[in-house]
Amino acid sequence: MNALAVISLIVVILSNSIRQSIPLLFGSTGEIITEKSGNLNLGIPGIMYMGGISGIIGSYIYEKYAAVPNAFFGIVIALCSALIGSGLLALIYSFLTVTLKANQNVTGLAITTFGTGFGDFFGGSLTTIMGDGGNLQLQYVPGYFKATLPFASKLGDVGTLLFSYGFMTYVAIIIAIFAAYFLNKTRTGLHLRAVGENPATADAAGISVSRYKYLATTIGGMIAGLGGFYFIMDYTGGSWTNGGMGDRGWLAIALVIFATWKPNFAILGSIVFGGLYIAYNYVSGVFSMLPNADRIRPVVQECFNSLPYLVTIVVLIITSMRNKKENQPPQSLGLPYFREER
Amino acid sequence: MNSTPAIELKNITKTFGSVVANKNVCLEVRKGEILSILGENGSGKTTLMNMISGIYFPDEGQIFVDGKEVVIRSPRDAFDHKIGMIHQHFKLVDVFSAAENIILGLDDEKKFDIKEVEKKVAEITERYGFSLDPAKKIYEMAVSEKQTVEIIRVLYREADILILDEPTAVLTPQEAKKLFAVLRRMRDDGKAIIIITHKLHEVLSLSDRVTVLRKGEYIGTVNTSEADEKSLTEMMVGKKVELNIERDEPKNISPRLVVENVNCVNREGVNLLNDVSFTAYSGEILGIAGIAGSGQRELLESIAGLQKLYGGKIIYNNPKTGKSEDLRDKTPQQIRELGVRLSFVPEDRLGMGLVGNMDIVDNMMLRSYRKGKGIFLHRTGPKNLAEEIIKQLEVVTPGASTPVRRLSGGNVQKVLVGREIASSPKVLMAAYPVRGLDINSAYTIYNLLNEQKRKGTAVIFVGEDLDVLLELCDRIVVLCAGSISGIVDARTTTKEEIGILMTKSKGAEINE
Repeated sequence: MNALAVISLIVVILSNSIRQSIPLLFGSTGEIITEKSGNLNLGIPGIMYMGGISGIIGSYIYEKYAAVPNAFFGIVIALCSALIGSGLLALIYSFLTVTLKANQNVTGLAITTFGTGFGDFFGGSLTTIMGDGGNLQLQYVPGYFKATLPFASKLGDVGTLLFSYGFMTYVAIIIAIFAAYFLNKTRTGLHLRAVGENPATADAAGISVSRYKYLATTIGGMIAGLGGFYFIMDYTGGSWTNGGMGDRGWLAIALVIFATWKPNFAILGSIVFGGLYIAYNYVSGVFSMLPNADRIRPVVQECFNSLPYLVTIVVLIITSMRNKKENQPPQSLGLPYFREER
Repeated sequence: MNSTPAIELKNITKTFGSVVANKNVCLEVRKGEILSILGENGSGKTTLMNMISGIYFPDEGQIFVDGKEVVIRSPRDAFDHKIGMIHQHFKLVDVFSAAENIILGLDDEKKFDIKEVEKKVAEITERYGFSLDPAKKIYEMAVSEKQTVEIIRVLYREADILILDEPTAVLTPQEAKKLFAVLRRMRDDGKAIIIITHKLHEVLSLSDRVTVLRKGEYIGTVNTSEADEKSLTEMMVGKKVELNIERDEPKNISPRLVVENVNCVNREGVNLLNDVSFTAYSGEILGIAGIAGSGQRELLESIAGLQKLYGGKIIYNNPKTGKSEDLRDKTPQQIRELGVRLSFVPEDRLGMGLVGNMDIVDNMMLRSYRKGKGIFLHRTGPKNLAEEIIKQLEVVTPGASTPVRRLSGGNVQKVLVGREIASSPKVLMAAYPVRGLDINSAYTIYNLLNEQKRKGTAVIFVGEDLDVLLELCDRIVVLCAGSISGIVDARTTTKEEIGILMTKSKGAEINE
């Protein structure tokens, strides 16, 4: 292989990693904002499912009833239905944990179970319910999301690396950068972090703890929902497979720890995770040369799939050994806040 | 002096369920004065202040600020009326810098610029004579610095009425002096200052007037110049109290516990105890003084078998068998089985001493559950003990079957100390047994400790009030940053000498 071919290969691997990384980036940016308010939302996988299925339902109805599908309305309706679906689920989580002070872990797991169940149910039966039958596959709307800039393909490797994605990819990165700026440089961000660190202090300082928790969890849920939405619209091109999203929701939560609760680190982290997610495809050739390749392959593949989690565990060990306060989770993460009654 | 009170409370009543925390309390503070609020535990001082600062809302009564009636429903309302409270337990975010904590919750429509905040903080520190680095993180700070951040936070909001809840509880005498100087400067600046404290000498030296509460009711307000320790105590307690701590000469002393070159290292490899050596004799009270976090906790935990030691010996001379035994590396259970009696009142009352959700009887059983035959628990003994403690120490509780967490701090403490003493120990270690206790209960505890001393127990008493240490103990070990900086005779030493020893370790540099 000559140098140019190597560069092209690296570019392809990188751009595929980025395509894989976007659902994780949305998910973990949303979860970081949520966790900064002290809510450990384990419902993120369910909320991402919800974002995906809501988007697909909205688009399906739009495609069925619109005389001539139009890019602008298609995008707006699909996005809005995804945001509403995931936002509602996050709102239910907030109501249970903030207002009713239910256990956050149990609530989060329940939300995940509900979200995946809801997604699989409508994903499998939407066409039947609407009286069409057949597999769920959108016609037009995914195209609007997959559209790239017209000159992208003419720029060679640079184009592939930087401009070969649908607009949601750039939205994800912009949201992550904005979230980092918001958390560290604005007054509201400071207040939000105070709520997650020490709600009693925030309360005594005159910050409404419940309001911040509700808003952060709901907005965080909506952002995470976009992750599922991207996966359905852009990555799979508008078709639904039950369980197709795999464990991306859990990976997003792992990525929060990997990025030590910093959205700007999550951008790089998500690309690393995305790369690990597809790493097997690029090494499978090596393993197929081995004897008994057919028997070894599934084992090796599963080992590679577990890499992101192993990396997270290593990061956890390193950060807890270094014991730097700034890299620790928000201090009151997972704890309900009661204003002290004696 | 302006004649309109800065803040005035009229007939404030607050109840929690069936408990009346405040009943018809009246209070007024003028501009440019320091008012002390005195009262025993559970007399409703903190509850009253929490109503002024917006944490609680009164059931009845009125609050006037500058002569106008106001409604304070939240801490934000309190800020709007220029009221600021410095809480006993600091309300600060550890990972934020001083400036970030100061600006927290403030929305002044200006651009968010932490540099500007730091500049303004520097101005305030200069004006009142504080010293503080606004960019320093809270978790890197000493207790007194954290308190400074709390006070500046209130001043930053241009508060005219400052409430301080037991501000000197965590300070050394020197730091307390500095704080008082700052408070006097604020008073001269025209601010109204309310201070809650248990220490009568502070009340007398600092405040202009004193308001006394008893069991949630308003008893009266006196000018400090016309009051003395005795009259104030009588107002607080409602009856005459003897304020002298008896101190007998130690009798029949013999070395009971010999601690030799004990070292202790924490998870990060920092030395918490450096070659600590001392001897505790039977029939004496050995005091341990030091700034909070100088190794007191680790020292007591090492003796109780809760800390892993790196080098050194802890020799216990068993009075029954006459044998010497090394307690090092024995579990608390083994220490008990050897016939070694260590009663331990940990600093963190509910964390290590008692189980909050269990009632008083069950908490008594934590020490006696191994007694009795068969698999069933014997409840009669613990039940009698619980009732005896409630009676003897005047624990305020609806009954012996009330969960401990529902009791007020002082009463929790009494239950804990009572239980530890009841096991008739040979070595009794007590860490801050009177922390947060009112004067009456504190003296009850001192008497209990003295009684143990007379019985020949070696008492180790970790205290924070130097006046008490000087009056109660026979000898005082002073700890500084994990090393012993001196062992002094309590009968001849002075507060100043101990204060200096507390901040200066022998031969070693202080890191912070």
